[in-house]
Amino acid sequence: MKLVLRDITKRFGTLVANDAISLTVEPGEIHALLGENGAGKSTLMNVLYGLYQADAGEIELDGVVQHFSGPGDAIAAGIGMVHQHFMLIPVFTVAENVMLGNESTGFAGTLDVDEARQRVQKISDQFGFHVNPDALVEDLPVGVQQRVEIIKALSRDAQVLVLDEPTAVLTPQETDELMQIMRELKESGKAIVFITHKLREVREVADKITVIRLGKVVGEADPKASNAELASLMVGRPVELTVHKDPMKPGPDTLDVERLRVIDAAGRVHVDDVSFTIRAGEILAVAGVQGNGQTELTEALLGLQDRVEGSIRLHGEELVGRSVRHILDAGVGFIPEDRQTEGLVGAFTIAENLMLNRSHGEPFVRHGTLQLERLEGFAKEKLEEYDVRAPGITTLAGQLSGGNQQKVVVARELSRDVSLLVAAQPTRGVDVGSIEFIHKQIVAGRDAGMAVLVVSTELDEVVSLADRIMVLYRGRVVGIVPADTPRDVLGLMMTGERPEGAIA
Amino acid sequence: MSTPTSEASIPLHETPLAGVTTVVDKKAAVILSVMTAGLLLVVAFFPQDGDTTFRLAVPSDFAQLPRVTVPSTLTAWVLIIVCLLCAGWSIVLYRRKLQTPLWLMVIYSLGWMIGFLAWAASGGTIPVVGLLSGSLALAVPLVFGALGGVLGERSGVVNIAIDGQLLAGAFAAAMIGSALNSTWAGLVAAMVAGTLVALILGLFAITYLVDQVIVGVVLNVLVIGLTSFMFTQVLAPNAETLNSPPRFTAVVIPVLGDIPLIGPIFFRQSAVVYLLYIAVAVVTWSLYRTRWGLRVRAVGEHPTAADTVGINVIRTRYRTILIAGAVAGMGGAFYTLVSVPQFNREMTGGAGYIALAAVIFGKWDPIRATLAALLFGFASNLQGVLSVIGSPVPSEFMLMLPYVVTIFAVAGLVGRSRPPAADGIPYRKG
Repeated sequence: MKLVLRDITKRFGTLVANDAISLTVEPGEIHALLGENGAGKSTLMNVLYGLYQADAGEIELDGVVQHFSGPGDAIAAGIGMVHQHFMLIPVFTVAENVMLGNESTGFAGTLDVDEARQRVQKISDQFGFHVNPDALVEDLPVGVQQRVEIIKALSRDAQVLVLDEPTAVLTPQETDELMQIMRELKESGKAIVFITHKLREVREVADKITVIRLGKVVGEADPKASNAELASLMVGRPVELTVHKDPMKPGPDTLDVERLRVIDAAGRVHVDDVSFTIRAGEILAVAGVQGNGQTELTEALLGLQDRVEGSIRLHGEELVGRSVRHILDAGVGFIPEDRQTEGLVGAFTIAENLMLNRSHGEPFVRHGTLQLERLEGFAKEKLEEYDVRAPGITTLAGQLSGGNQQKVVVARELSRDVSLLVAAQPTRGVDVGSIEFIHKQIVAGRDAGMAVLVVSTELDEVVSLADRIMVLYRGRVVGIVPADTPRDVLGLMMTGERPEGAIA
Repeated sequence: MSTPTSEASIPLHETPLAGVTTVVDKKAAVILSVMTAGLLLVVAFFPQDGDTTFRLAVPSDFAQLPRVTVPSTLTAWVLIIVCLLCAGWSIVLYRRKLQTPLWLMVIYSLGWMIGFLAWAASGGTIPVVGLLSGSLALAVPLVFGALGGVLGERSGVVNIAIDGQLLAGAFAAAMIGSALNSTWAGLVAAMVAGTLVALILGLFAITYLVDQVIVGVVLNVLVIGLTSFMFTQVLAPNAETLNSPPRFTAVVIPVLGDIPLIGPIFFRQSAVVYLLYIAVAVVTWSLYRTRWGLRVRAVGEHPTAADTVGINVIRTRYRTILIAGAVAGMGGAFYTLVSVPQFNREMTGGAGYIALAAVIFGKWDPIRATLAALLFGFASNLQGVLSVIGSPVPSEFMLMLPYVVTIFAVAGLVGRSRPPAADGIPYRKG
C-alpha cells in the first residue's frame, strides 16, 4: 500500500509542530524519518494514526484521500503503529493485548481467547518471533514486548507500519534482530516508516531518508550519506559528534563502592553485589539497557533508596544510611535521570531552581530568609556561563526546552564544591547542540578533579565520555572494561555475556 | 517508602532483576499477637461462669442439627491457646523471613471469633443461623455498593459517591414503590436514581476532569441534603401515600432452602438477595470473560493504549459507571423495600464508605470485594446479636466493631494490593 502525506500542518496554540510536511512511502520500502527530539516526527505520525487531526493537508493511501477521526479509522485503513512508549497493558497476556479492540467473541460477547492465541501463534511462527501468547506482558523483556506490538499491528492486517523510535529501549543485539524483522516485513510488501534520531541505524536499514527539523522537511538524504552529513542536516549546522578530551590524570580513590545491594519494598533485588572504585579526575560510565539497575544504583548513591546493603564510601566516609542532605553536603552532585520530575520544579523560576540544593543555609538563606539579591546575581551569572537560552532568570523552568532545562540542572549541580558527580542519563531528550555543551561541562568537571559516574543507555554517549566502562546486566556488574573496548563486545556484555579479559 | 521508585513510577516494562527476595511484613505477626493478648486479658480479668450454647438450626429446618453447649471460660481458654500457637507460629515464620500463610490466618480468625463468642455469650445462646443470615442481610447494600465501586474503579473512575447512590436508591425506591404500590417499580426507580448520581459523577469526573474524590464527596453531601429536604417537605407529610412502600418478602427456594445451616442462611431470602447472587456472578463473568470486560479493564489500566486500538475511552468509562450506579442503586432499594419499609434521613449511615473499603480490601475483584463486604456485615450484626443476648461487653462499645474491623482489614490485612493503574486519573487526549 502506497502512503502519501501531502502538506500536513499541525499547530498546538502558537507552536507549529508540523509545517506543510510531505512524504511518500512505497510498499516494500523502509522510509526513515530522521530528526531530533522535538522536531515533530511523532506529531506527524500521530496525525497519520488519527490521534491528532491535521489543521491542513491530506493523507492518501493507494491514491484515496483518507479522513481519520481516530485510531480506529487508521487501523481499519491498514495503518499499524508501534509506539515509542509501548501501548500494551502490563497485566494482560499477549493474546489479550493483541485481541483488544479487535476481539472475536462468542455467545453474549464472550471472549474467544483461543482464536486470539492462534492468531498470535501464526504471526509469531511466520516471522520467527518466538512469543508465547499466554505470557503476561509485564513479565516479558522489552524486545519481546516490542514484537508483541508488531504482532498487534500485523494481526489487524496493517499494510503501512510505523515504528516510532523503536530502538530506544533495545540492546544492540535486539536492535539487530529488529532490523532483520524490518527487512522481512519489507520483503512481504509492507511499507515501513522508521522514525529515529540514531544515524547508524538509519544508514543500515533505510531505503530512503527524509530529515525533519523544527517541524519542516529540510531535505532528503541517501542512505550512503556520512554520519556528519546527516547530523548537520538534522541539526542545521555542523556538529562535533565526538567529545574532545585529554587523557585523564587520575588522583586518589574518591568513591569506593563495595558489595552494594539494593532491594525494593516488594523484595525485588535491583542491584546485587556491585563493587567499583572511581578516582578523582576519572569518568566511569555505566552502560546497560534501561532498567538493569542503573536507576537504583544512582539513587542508592544519593541516599534515595531505603533498603541498601554493602558500603558506599566517599573519601573514606561511609554514606550508606546517611540522609540525602548529609550526602549532598559531603560533596555529591546529582543529575537525575528525569529532569521534569526529579531535577526541577517546573513551576519555580530558573533562579529558584538554581538554589534548590542549597535551600537550608548560606549563601542563599540567612536566618531563614532568602537572600534574593545574592540569588539574582548568581542566577544571572550561571545563565550566561551555562548558555541557558531563556528570557530571564524569572522564567519558569517548566517553560524551557529540554536542553535548556538540563543546562539549569547541570549548572546547579556543578556550581557547588562537588567531589563526586553522579549524572544519570544527562542528555536524554536533549537536542544535539545542548548535548555537545553538557558533555563539555562533564569533561571539564573531570579535568577539575571530580570523580564522575555517568549512566547512559546510549552506547555512543558511554563510549565518548568514559575513561572506564562498567556494564550492568540484571543488577550485576558484567565487567569493568577500558573505554576503547569494541562496541560489539560492549553490546554482548549488555546481554550478560562476559568476554575474556573483562575485570569483574 | 520514601524513595522516588514508588509503585507508580515503575515503568511499563518490568525491569530485569538480579533476583527477588521476600521482604516480609511483620504486620501479620504483630496483629495476631495484639489480638490474642487482647482476648487473653479480657478473659483473664472478666472470667464468666456458666455455659454457652451455639444453636445451629432454626425450628423450621427439615433436619435439625443439635445444639452445642460448651463451658464458657474453658472453651475460651482452649481457643486462646490455639490463637497463641498461631501467633507464635507467625512470629517464627517472620523470623525465618516467611510470609504468614492464609490458612493460618483463617484458623486464627475462626479460633479467635469462636473463643470470643464463647466468652461473650456466657449463660446465653448464640443463634448461629440468625447471626449469619442477619450478617448477609446487613451486607446486601454493602455488596451492591462494592460491586458498583469495583466496576467504576476497574474502568478508572474512583467512585466515592457510592453512599450517595445507595441513599438516592433508597429514597427513590421508597417514593416510587409507595406511589405505584409495586416493589419492582421501586427497585427500578432505585436503579435509575443510582444511575443519575453516576451521571453527575461522570459529567464532572470524566468530561470536566474534576478531581474524582472531591466530586464524589460533594455528591454524597448533595444527596444527603436533597433527600433530607425531600423527606421533610414531601415524604413525611404524605407518609401514607409516598413513604410506605410494599416489601419484598422472603422466598424459600425449594430443596436448597432445606439444607441444614446453609439453607436458612442463603436460600430463605428476599428477591433482592437472589438478585445480588446473580449480580455478583454476572459482574465477575462479564469483567473477566467478555469483550466488554476486557475493554473496561484496558481503559482502567492504560487508557492511551486502549485509545490507540480504537476503543473510545470516554464512552467506555461513562457506560461502566452508569451500570455501576444502577448496581449501587439496587443496594439502596434493599433499605426501603426489604429492611424497613420506609425512608429515613441518612438511613445508609455511611454504608457507602464501608463498601468503598470493601472494594480496596477486595483488591478490586468482585468476588473478593463481596467477601469483604460480607465480613463487614458480620461485624455489624455480631454487635447487634451480642447486645440482644446480653453480653458483658457494653453495647455502646460494640457499636465500634464494624469500623474497627474496617480499619484493621484495610490497614492491616490487605497486604500490597495493586489498583488499576489509571484509577482516578481522568483521560485527556494528546
